[in-house]
Amino acid sequence: MAQITSADAPLIKAVGLRKVFPPAKRGGEPFTAVDGVDFELRRGEVFGFLGPNGAGKSSTMRMIGCVSPISGGELTILGMDPRVDSSRIKARLGVVPQEDSLDLELRVRENLLIYGRYFGLKRAEIAERTAELLEFVQLADRAESTVEPLSGGMKRRLTIARSLINSPEILILDEPTTGLDPQARHVVWDRLFRLKQAGTTLVLTTHYMDEAEQLCDRLVVMDHGRIAAEGSPRDLIERYSTREVLEIRFAPGSGDHESALAKAEGLIGTGERGSIDRLEELPDRILLYSDDGEAALAAVHGSGITPLASLVRRSSLEDVFLHLTGRTLVD
Amino acid sequence: MTTTELPLTRLLLGRRAFGPMGGAKAPVLIERNVLVYRRLWLMLASGFFEPVFYLLSIGVGLGKLTGAVDGVPYTDYVAPGLLAVSAMNGAVFDSTFNVFFKLKYGRIYDAMLATPLRVGDIALGEITWAQLRGLIYSAAFLAIMVVGGLVHSWWALLALPVTVLIGFAFGAVGMACTSFMRSWQDFDLVTLALMPMFLFSGAFYPLSVYSHWVRVLIETLPLYHGIDLLRSLTLGRVHVGLLWDVLYLVVMAGIGAVVAARRLERLLLT
Repeated sequence: MAQITSADAPLIKAVGLRKVFPPAKRGGEPFTAVDGVDFELRRGEVFGFLGPNGAGKSSTMRMIGCVSPISGGELTILGMDPRVDSSRIKARLGVVPQEDSLDLELRVRENLLIYGRYFGLKRAEIAERTAELLEFVQLADRAESTVEPLSGGMKRRLTIARSLINSPEILILDEPTTGLDPQARHVVWDRLFRLKQAGTTLVLTTHYMDEAEQLCDRLVVMDHGRIAAEGSPRDLIERYSTREVLEIRFAPGSGDHESALAKAEGLIGTGERGSIDRLEELPDRILLYSDDGEAALAAVHGSGITPLASLVRRSSLEDVFLHLTGRTLVD
Repeated sequence: MTTTELPLTRLLLGRRAFGPMGGAKAPVLIERNVLVYRRLWLMLASGFFEPVFYLLSIGVGLGKLTGAVDGVPYTDYVAPGLLAVSAMNGAVFDSTFNVFFKLKYGRIYDAMLATPLRVGDIALGEITWAQLRGLIYSAAFLAIMVVGGLVHSWWALLALPVTVLIGFAFGAVGMACTSFMRSWQDFDLVTLALMPMFLFSGAFYPLSVYSHWVRVLIETLPLYHGIDLLRSLTLGRVHVGLLWDVLYLVVMAGIGAVVAARRLERLLLT
């Protein structure tokens, strides 16, 4: 039960971590959700798992949350082994699950009260924190409301407030803004950003590249249970993509898409201004990666391609993901 | 985990992924349920009337026709049987329907398991709550029995703790069974199990009306042991054999609670 507390020791350390689910039916194949991942979480950072649905993010989160036994490898959380010290670990974690698990039979304030009691906190202490936390998530005026009529965004904020009741050292968020409308997402991002500013260590999963770019100091790109790349959002973009991207679209069924693809391949690595590094083909568009998108567009026009529409934008994590896996994040 | 083990031994003794099952933090579950039912006390009150109505219709009404049974007035004979039934019903209702909802739809237990609470805390807390609900009904019914002069002995003071034991045993097995249920349709099985037990376990007439083998069959059922205990206590017919009834219910409670906790682990800590 050695509890490593030195400042530079990782809060979470995973080596070759695996999660294999037994077959659903007798004689079926076991399913490997997490296939040997290594990562470390450092104090005070926001660490993200970016990947499409089914990449193994949630399974990883559940193992960190000590609600899913590991199938292989090593996992150390706050210097402890979840198989031995799950309750002691959980006492110091905050968890925002993917699906809201609020207690619908209780009011907003009572949800925080009883959740604090699960941690063994004193009622007076909980009452004090509840007032602060409801203020923090902008639900102070709904304290006596039932949970059911709250909007999706409010429920998520309440879940975040609830996860903070024990002043956790690590806050785990599994897809914190999935299913929320854009405005509600921004409110959640703002609160998470404030927590980050206040020094809370956050681990989150997401399949939204904008979320990962906005919040994460460091992230891993996950696909099929493995880590495809690791770094800061900026690092990853620099390493795996160009500065800009040119997107071109064609009328469906015209055959322009196919002919343009052949011509565009001729623009790869010409060394001239507007030369493109590489291209990716998606069902509805072609992506041309170049450090100068406008020049690339000029080169495209120069080579006789006439797209129906074109767009020059900066590279994002979506492009990194596409490059690493050949697939898009959100289907 | 080898497949050669019997399912029950595996449930009781199989390796646990996260160490001990806990149980000491069960009171916080009761705290939660008290918070919920503070506003739903009327729903609690409804369960009180059922055995009272049975007592009035069958005990008092039918009793006018039957005369004495087993050497005592029929109401005095039936009342402890109904007491056992009400202790059972109160506990079973809470540990089946309410637990199923929390397990499948409410995600309440998922939320609890993200905190230091363990499966044993949840199982023990919910079973104790289910039994407490039965206890409220039992206490009220016992009071009616005392006022109505249906109690023959000071041994009846032990009747209340015995209703606790009955409630715990049925609550534990109820929760364990609920963990195996897949849909609301499966609850018909609960009714199917409880109804005949209620009618044939000796609440309304002595087992001496049965042939030997039917009698043996009834004596294997848990409600019979609850009725036997309570009737012996309220009629003052205490004997050493009652310890067998107690042992039966204690073992049933223990196995039920452990299976319930292990099933929660298997369902939620995947």
